[in-house]
Amino acid sequence: MTDYICFFRTNPTARAQAMGTPEAAQQSMQAWLAWMRDLEQKGNLVHSGQPLDGDGKVVRGRARAVTDGPFVEAKDLVAGYTIIRANDLVHASELVKGCPILEGDGSVEVRAVLQTM
Amino acid sequence: MVAALTRLFGVHNLTLAEDVVQDAFLRAHATWPLSGVPDNPSAWLMATAKNRALDVVRRHRTAKTFAPELQHLLATEWTLTPLVDEAFAAHVVRDEQLRMMFSCCHPKLPEDAQLALILNILCGFGAHEIAQAFLASHAAIEKRITRGKHTLAEAQRLFDLGDAELATRLGTVQHALYLLFNEGYHGTSDERAVRVELCDEARHLTALLCAHPQTATPATFALAALMALHGARLPARRDATGDLSALADQDRTRWDQQLIADGLALLNRSATGLVVSAYHLEAAIAAEHARAATLADTAWERIVLMYDRLMIVAPSPVVALSRAIAIAERDGPERGLVELRALAERERLARYPFFAAAEGELELRGGAVAAARVCFERALALARNDAERRFFERRLAGVPSERP
Repeated sequence: MTDYICFFRTNPTARAQAMGTPEAAQQSMQAWLAWMRDLEQKGNLVHSGQPLDGDGKVVRGRARAVTDGPFVEAKDLVAGYTIIRANDLVHASELVKGCPILEGDGSVEVRAVLQTM
Repeated sequence: MVAALTRLFGVHNLTLAEDVVQDAFLRAHATWPLSGVPDNPSAWLMATAKNRALDVVRRHRTAKTFAPELQHLLATEWTLTPLVDEAFAAHVVRDEQLRMMFSCCHPKLPEDAQLALILNILCGFGAHEIAQAFLASHAAIEKRITRGKHTLAEAQRLFDLGDAELATRLGTVQHALYLLFNEGYHGTSDERAVRVELCDEARHLTALLCAHPQTATPATFALAALMALHGARLPARRDATGDLSALADQDRTRWDQQLIADGLALLNRSATGLVVSAYHLEAAIAAEHARAATLADTAWERIVLMYDRLMIVAPSPVVALSRAIAIAERDGPERGLVELRALAERERLARYPFFAAAEGELELRGGAVAAARVCFERALALARNDAERRFFERRLAGVPSERP
């Protein structure tokens, strides 16, 4: 079994749609609960992670140039992360297919966490 | 609400759950006089408790362990809010109350502690009210509750309705609710309000058992039936002056017909399966009384038969006494007296005032006025509260004076 970190990516429009009204937000959160509970019960949830705030700064290059939220018009904003445990990359991507972020046409990037033996 | 919060916090944090509920009530107390009582006070309290629960989890989740089975889902903002919402959803709250009820009936706890815990955690009774209901000292009840909560916390998690132990523990839960109801119905407390509340709470909790597929057994329905049928007679158990009124003297028009109908329907639903529980028999006896328009119309023959069976299933001195009285009604006072005197467990009944009173009643009917007087005097001396005392005084005053 290997641990995989999942980066959930979405765009601001989809995010606004999912969380814009109390009803939509509730529905979306229930979908997250259902998915995570399922992972948890199957023993695939290692670290539930956290969602991330939409705003941020980017510090870039040797000049240490600081720019405001890089994501203003970004198509794929990292919305949060979670660490799951799976047999392999194929299994991990199967598990991720239930993620609610996909309903808003977002994406999940699945990356193995390297472990030193 | 305590049950819902304990689901989230874990049973070892029961006190924390109680604090959150207490806090919600304090906030209501502080804001309602200024802002007015909200349209839906219970929704307001629920929302306040939910917000407090979110605060508590967020503030302490790194330092404290909450419900171990929810550890992951409470740890993250992905799922925390919907999880708290879910714990407060009506059907979940009902299930949590059931789980809590089963948890309170822990086999390691003595019966009186189980009852005190149920009243405290599920019914929101304070130690003072419980002490009043059981005629125990405040300190003794507090100790009982504290110890009980300690045992619950050691259990690590609430009892799960899926546990293999469910069937065994269901019997304990039913028995605890039966005792709770009886404490209200026959109990020693003279506080009428307290006693009616005990009966109501017992009925409410039994209704929860009836509503859940896993706990809605024939015995559960029989228990609910017996509570409804006895409860129907509660309004008539006290006369206009608030004094105890014997079955023979009760104004039957004051019996609650709706509850009688409910009780008979429940008794019908209980009539499945192969086991006839003590609850079935007691409910069936209560049904005979409820169906009889007058005391004379009572089907004593059937009642005696059911007491015979009850003596096999669940023998007790009080059942034996009731059986003797039913025999006296069927065969006359002499036979009744023979039965009474033959009660093997007479020793245990010696301090039960209604045993002496029953003997007096039968002596009186048999014409032995002097003997009857002695019996009623003994009953009076044994009375446990003012209502009983007044009841026996009146009986004594009703004994005709002897002819010289």
